[in-house]
Amino acid sequence: MKRTLIAIALAGALAGCSGGGGAAGESASPPAAGSSAAQPATAEKYAVITHGAVGDSFWDVVKNGAEAAGKQYGVTVTYQGDGDPGKQSQLIDQAVSEKVDGVVVSMANPDALKEAIGKAVAAKIPVVTINSGADSAKAFGAITHVGQSEEVAGRGAGEQLKAAGVTKLLCVIHEAGNVGLDQRCKGAEATLGGTVERLQVDVSNLADVTSKVTAKLQSDKAVNGVLALNPAVAVAARDSIKDSGSAAKLATFDLSGDVVGAIKAGEILFAVDQQQYLQGWLPITFLHLYKTNLNTVGGGLPVNTGPGFVTKDNAEQVAKLAESGTR
Amino acid sequence: MTSATADERLNDVGLVRRLLIRPELGAVVGAIVVFAFFAGQSPVFRSADGIANWLDPAATLGIMAVAVALLMIGGEFDLSAGVLTGTSGLVLVTLATRYGFNVWLAMAAGLVVALAIGLLNGLMVTRTRLPSFIVTLGTFLMLQGLNLGVTKALTGTVQVSGLARAPGYEGARAVFGGTIMVGGTGFRVAILWWLLVTAVATWVLMRSRAGNWIFAVGGNDVAARAVGVPAGRTKIALFMTTAFAAWLVGSIAALRYTSVQANIGIGQEFIYIIAAVIGGCLLTGGYGSAIGASIGAVIFGMADKGIVFLNWNADWFKFFLGAMLVLATLANRLVRRYAEEVKH
Repeated sequence: MKRTLIAIALAGALAGCSGGGGAAGESASPPAAGSSAAQPATAEKYAVITHGAVGDSFWDVVKNGAEAAGKQYGVTVTYQGDGDPGKQSQLIDQAVSEKVDGVVVSMANPDALKEAIGKAVAAKIPVVTINSGADSAKAFGAITHVGQSEEVAGRGAGEQLKAAGVTKLLCVIHEAGNVGLDQRCKGAEATLGGTVERLQVDVSNLADVTSKVTAKLQSDKAVNGVLALNPAVAVAARDSIKDSGSAAKLATFDLSGDVVGAIKAGEILFAVDQQQYLQGWLPITFLHLYKTNLNTVGGGLPVNTGPGFVTKDNAEQVAKLAESGTR
Repeated sequence: MTSATADERLNDVGLVRRLLIRPELGAVVGAIVVFAFFAGQSPVFRSADGIANWLDPAATLGIMAVAVALLMIGGEFDLSAGVLTGTSGLVLVTLATRYGFNVWLAMAAGLVVALAIGLLNGLMVTRTRLPSFIVTLGTFLMLQGLNLGVTKALTGTVQVSGLARAPGYEGARAVFGGTIMVGGTGFRVAILWWLLVTAVATWVLMRSRAGNWIFAVGGNDVAARAVGVPAGRTKIALFMTTAFAAWLVGSIAALRYTSVQANIGIGQEFIYIIAAVIGGCLLTGGYGSAIGASIGAVIFGMADKGIVFLNWNADWFKFFLGAMLVLATLANRLVRRYAEEVKH
């Protein structure tokens, strides 16, 4: 036992000594002019840290956007995602100790990330928040927020559904920890004028989503509208509507190739598109401009990437883009 | 004269044996390999900042892994341990923010709830003689539903937050969720708790009568009862120990992040078991060590963060993590097998 402890202590001590080297003193001040921007020689590095599980269809588009922007500007972009806010803030801590040039964070749970983001800001690392957490972005010291107001988007969806004649809506919540999803349901509730019921499902188990929504539609025939908050859930809910023989109208948040196909086929009424590709692309652009030219966009006011609506009319054009992973 | 040389040889083997038959030896070798692998490629990984980074997840995982290791040595599993960290945190934050409890008092209430659940697990397992795998799987699912149901009923959303405004927060945070500056680098207080838990657990296992009981009930329950070991009470105490650890980890997380999501901790229970197994615990019980489990947690923490430091594509993250864990466990096995050969 004693030997074990000594071994660990030694390993730790060795590591401590040989550290120190670190990155070659990246100063927070930008170069004198923006002229150096075109040269890929600058080893700029940006970390994108989201609350989306790796492999999630929505977040994969954000990742694609960030990586494409990185390629465009010749800078390094890393992407990490973890739905546990504790782990997410550890990833932010890690990016800070790597002395990256900027951090992009989605804040599904702002309180839990406050300390980690504070540390980044204290280390003079510019932070752009994306997707969720617009209300806290400025207070935490982010240079700007890029996203879509969940409540506003929810209201938009509610209006459209009302116009389609929906009176009793099932709002399918797929992530138990995400406040933004609840805000979407609340927004829809505000404009629909009818009743909104919430159904809790687990996005990582789509078979279960289908059976749960089916069960709900079978047990409550008054439900004549379903609002999915995620494209994979929307496809699962489409099957539920078919299975249960319900005439409920289906709408969804966010796009995927399948969703666009279903919109073209008339199975899904519309999709609220927050154009999340921009939530990957724009923050890298903003951070790159901040680093090289000290620009801030809109004085730190949130930059809206949506909502846009994809309906049968424009689905055709969007279809190709969705399949290549940029919509 | 001939007898003297024979003694010498025996002494010699005895020394090597004492080192090699320790269950944690394989884990130590695994940890050194994993450390060397990442430290060799990433200067940040071996910097003080980097070490603070990967000790952070290792600390909370380690606290749980040590308690779970004790339970596994005692021959039982607790699948509800991960979700129970969430339950304890939710009780703490809910009482402190919704009902005006002082944070310390809310923590005490969280402890009572956690210990009660541990007691319930223990009683169900010892009284019904059902496998703990099934009993605690039931608890796991029930707690998962309870966490979400109660949180939504009370707050209307899926998380409780605002702990920072509760009375007594600053003090409790300093003790459980704060950081200690060592040479300009902030290390988490949780690391000290982890070391303390490991030390206490090791003392109990190696030096106390309770430790003998734990090995006995895990090794052979019937024989242990026959020689008068209070098997039922030992197991109940082990379940409550795991619950205590879950409360500690849940409170540390709640105080640090000031909010708790209703879905927190789900899936972590297997990570605890993995850490304990990497550290030399047998899935069949009766063998293992607390220090080993701690080192298992370090291996996990290093792999978890090291992969990020190396900038490997996140899409492949879980694959590499799984491969690292299998390799570490294999290294552990090889060393142990070698040790057993030396032993005979």
